[in-house]
Amino acid sequence: MNGILKLAYKLLVNDKAKFTALLVGITFAVFLIIQMTAMFAGTMKRASATVLNLGALVWVMDPAVQTVANTIGMPDYVLDAVRSMQGVSYAVPIYSGGALLKLADGTYQAATVIGLDDATLFGRPQLIQGKIEDIYGENAFIVVKDPEFRKLQNPGIGSEFQVNDHRGVIVGLATVPSSGLFGVPTLYTTYQRALQYLPNPRFTVSYVLVEPRSPANIPNIKRQVQAIGYLAVTRDEFVDRITNFYVYQTGMGTNLLIMTAMSFIVGLSISGQTFYTFVLENLDKFGALKAMGMKSRELIFMILFQTSFTALTGYGLGIGMCALLIRLARLKLPDYAALITYWNLSIAFSLVVVIAAVSSYFGLRKVLRIEPFEIFRG
Amino acid sequence: MPEVAIQATGITKWFGEGEARTQALRSVSLEAAFGEILYIVGPSGSGKTTLLSVLSGILRPDSGSVSVEDSEIWNLGHDALADFRLHKIGFVFQDYHLFPRLSTAENVAVPLILRRKPWSQAMTQAQKYLEVVGLKGRAELPPVKLSGGEQQRVAIARAIAGEPDILIMDEPTASLDGDTGRTIVQFVKEKFLTEKRFILIVTHDPRINEFATRILHMEDGRITGSENGGTE
Repeated sequence: MNGILKLAYKLLVNDKAKFTALLVGITFAVFLIIQMTAMFAGTMKRASATVLNLGALVWVMDPAVQTVANTIGMPDYVLDAVRSMQGVSYAVPIYSGGALLKLADGTYQAATVIGLDDATLFGRPQLIQGKIEDIYGENAFIVVKDPEFRKLQNPGIGSEFQVNDHRGVIVGLATVPSSGLFGVPTLYTTYQRALQYLPNPRFTVSYVLVEPRSPANIPNIKRQVQAIGYLAVTRDEFVDRITNFYVYQTGMGTNLLIMTAMSFIVGLSISGQTFYTFVLENLDKFGALKAMGMKSRELIFMILFQTSFTALTGYGLGIGMCALLIRLARLKLPDYAALITYWNLSIAFSLVVVIAAVSSYFGLRKVLRIEPFEIFRG
Repeated sequence: MPEVAIQATGITKWFGEGEARTQALRSVSLEAAFGEILYIVGPSGSGKTTLLSVLSGILRPDSGSVSVEDSEIWNLGHDALADFRLHKIGFVFQDYHLFPRLSTAENVAVPLILRRKPWSQAMTQAQKYLEVVGLKGRAELPPVKLSGGEQQRVAIARAIAGEPDILIMDEPTASLDGDTGRTIVQFVKEKFLTEKRFILIVTHDPRINEFATRILHMEDGRITGSENGGTE
């Protein structure tokens, strides 16, 4: 069969114009599909950045919370109640809120402030400069060195700023797995300092981070939290909750679906039509092959190989182009939120398989119907 | 007594339906032996190509039988019939049907590749047959760069590369000038025909009659006459 494959390969790639058109169609479709879904995946990862960065297994929150950014403060007794629940190893409060920083040159910059539990500093970031214990120092803040860092005018240890008329001092630079969605720098401080420095509503606990004694305790903890009128979700469930919010309650999901569908239709139209034309132009040759003794299953194999080869090559090129674009974009926009995941690769692959299958189907229908006798009749 | 190559008995074939139904072959019978060059001649629409297709296992007749080397080909299954064509018959089509995107050598290698010969072996054998047809230096060229006569020779090389027992040529001189046409048929006779091989040519070109062993005349779906050719 190798010889037949090589024959199919040569018949395909030696027709440079058609092969290029086929590749362009599939590559372009894959590029668009992956780019769209990568943007979505990147945005969703950013939207869940705080959840991923803090790393708690179980999160307790007000049931109305849809995303990690729109916190609804809970009274302190919730923390006490959770700490006393069966199956809870420990629970800590976390503060998450926005602040307006006045920088050294007098300009203002919005930032996210995370207030870590004073006793445990649970969820602390990994420091790349400074010492974590310095967070207990007077007016101390740790800044995350991510693409938004420069918006604070690239502060170093000892840099000062004002927040809500309080003095703030950078005591450490840190790194986190994921930057936030909203393009603002992130500062870490202690929970108490966050409450003290930032204007707050009556209830101040943004989330209670829970470490269960074992994963088997999680359902029970959820039930107990629900009994006091709040919601407990695992980290993954919280990420899903955030994703669902953006997919179903904003236009993002619909837009993604429309763009993916359009990319698919463009790819299918170009590739399907070009492959069909390729088959039509070679129909007499396929008939001649049949007359010479090629079996129908060998013809099917040949055509499937041609479409699969084109589809896979286009798929690879599309991924490569998308990766290159993301790379180039990040040279100018370090915060460019696009993330190629197995999930979006799989979606693109599935759609490419459909494009190849549909193209093959119409080509095969024509080829299998050609009678070798027609070749003699001219 | 030469061995019988093809024996056809009572072949009939209809095309179309209803009022458009026409009979292309009317109880045609013929016998041809190895070592022969048999011509089928006749005007357009006389049934030559239909008969050629039935004899070569391409078009199933409505009735009648065709046996090649004592095997009834129309009793064969679909795959066995394809194998029969692949191993027993070499085709030279009127329009050659060469692959324009393949090199000349690759075109000649096609039937060998269909027989599952490794690519390199098929190419070596194709080169050999290109040499036989006098196109040694043209192996890498695409067929479109060759003249009509050269393309015809490529088609012949492709047809005989698999060393079939039977060579079927459909109007081999139709698009060639008189001299080239004669040269081609003479060439095929010299290079291919042996006591164990048989050539069937459909033509209406009387300029090549001198190479035929026998000439069958067809008209209106019937064999209306037979005459000996120039090499009887």
